[in-house]
Amino acid sequence: MLAIEILGLEKIYNVGFWRKRPKRALQPLHLSVEQGEVFGFLGPNGAGKSTTLKLLMGLVFPTSGSAKILGMELDDPRMKAQIGFLPEQPYFYDYLTGRELLTYYAQLSGVVAKDRSRKVDAMLQRVGLGDAGNLQLRKFSKGMLQRVGIAQAILHDPQIVFLDEPMSGLDPMGRREVRDLMEQLKHEGKTVFFSTHILSDAEALCDRVAVIHHGELRGVGAVGDLTASVKGKVEIVWRGTAIPAALKALGAECRATTDTVRAILPEQNQEAALEALQRERLRLVSLTPVRTSLEEYYMQKLRPAESSQSAAGGRA
Amino acid sequence: MSSRIVHIASNTFREAVRDRVLYNLIAFALLMSGAAIFVGQVSFGIERLVVVNLGLTAVSLFGIVIAIFIGIGLVSKEIEKRTLYTVLSRPVQRWEFIVGKFFGLAGTLAVNTALMAIGVFAALLYVSHRFHAPDGWIIVALYFIVLQFLIMTALALFFSSFASPLMAAVFAFALFVIGNFAEDLRGFAAMTHGVQRWLATGMAYLLPNFSAFNVITSVAHAQPVGGSLIFYNTLYALVYTATALSAGVLIFQRRNLK
Repeated sequence: MLAIEILGLEKIYNVGFWRKRPKRALQPLHLSVEQGEVFGFLGPNGAGKSTTLKLLMGLVFPTSGSAKILGMELDDPRMKAQIGFLPEQPYFYDYLTGRELLTYYAQLSGVVAKDRSRKVDAMLQRVGLGDAGNLQLRKFSKGMLQRVGIAQAILHDPQIVFLDEPMSGLDPMGRREVRDLMEQLKHEGKTVFFSTHILSDAEALCDRVAVIHHGELRGVGAVGDLTASVKGKVEIVWRGTAIPAALKALGAECRATTDTVRAILPEQNQEAALEALQRERLRLVSLTPVRTSLEEYYMQKLRPAESSQSAAGGRA
Repeated sequence: MSSRIVHIASNTFREAVRDRVLYNLIAFALLMSGAAIFVGQVSFGIERLVVVNLGLTAVSLFGIVIAIFIGIGLVSKEIEKRTLYTVLSRPVQRWEFIVGKFFGLAGTLAVNTALMAIGVFAALLYVSHRFHAPDGWIIVALYFIVLQFLIMTALALFFSSFASPLMAAVFAFALFVIGNFAEDLRGFAAMTHGVQRWLATGMAYLLPNFSAFNVITSVAHAQPVGGSLIFYNTLYALVYTATALSAGVLIFQRRNLK
């Protein structure tokens, strides 16, 4: 059984105060996600990621099409007991403490009374809020709110976790913590469906990704398969001002400063470039990927000229 | 009642308490103690009349303001702040959310009224030095006031299920004012003819009839309240509340939470 099965889900809003005009937020979307997968839903702001998640959560109703989660309809309460959801930039009842909030959500999710307190305490510990359980949420930092948001999404041990921009607005430490939590969920065999525009997170965590733009699916597949035809770029920095001729032949764009040279070249030429530097006895300072292959793929999919081709090939 | 409704209701009550809604009791306590002391010094023989009139009118107005201004935000605030997303993505039906919110605010108003009632009786005891048998009718007047709160809360929720908070407040307050003149509207309908009569009669029956709930003056004059009025007011309030709530649920069930 598929974890998520989206069959032509489409959403058109009527916008405008007096003369309503249709605005298509999501073009008919076909997508399926296997159980146990970590699935990244990529796209820039306004691409239709949140609309898709809201449709799946039953917060907005589709203009056409349908979807099933764990083989059940979207309005089935039994299905809702099996999923967890973290909205984008979540805001919670700030008059509650972290413990009260999680207890409330546990009650609504049907966690039995005898397990409630134990589960809430364990969850607070798990997301690193063990000491802040009795603090009102109005005193929480953004990172703490995001963590309590993830806690409420996984508190009732759901089979599928939907996360809308879970790393948004977090500092590097916070992002790392959220990534670790998502990896833990993956190890526990949960299905994770998350939207993001931070591609490095998607590349590090996802089994498969889909790229969406202007409400249209532009591509979907395993990260390795999608990026097989696309190579990223690396930045090489070495000491000195000499630029070996071999590097230019490898397609490097070089820029010299007073005592270093920076070269950006395709990822596949990285080894040859390093050999050239070694031959010239130049001292390497750093080697950094500047654009990962997934980023390159993503950028390619967002270009309008290629959209029609890729949409046709992108259906899953 | 489903346990989810109970949890939503108790959380709504907790929100009201923590947002200091019950602080209105301080203003009420000051008003009642000030009135009792003042009346005791300047009135002769009408202390009871003044205290009961003033006390019950204040209970009614304080409660109506809370019912309207908290009621209109019960749904819209949750949508605006997106707290609703994490509730409705759980096994919670939309109607359960609305009904839970209703009972939460109704409970808040009931507790608020009970505490204010203590204040009214304390002020009465201060000016009269002891209770008399007709004072029991004050409890009936308070009961009618609570029934009005139920109707107003349901109406505020109904309006907030589709209108902006400002418009919902305007609609709800307008209905409260018109509802207090419902008997006059019925009298006007009886005097008119043709289409005008149909319209006026329709309006008179569609709008809440709050004038039947206002027994403050007769209770202040120590007059009894008829058993049939208690029965019909209870029935009317329950039917009107259930209808307004159902209409709110029907609209909210179809609403896109953008």
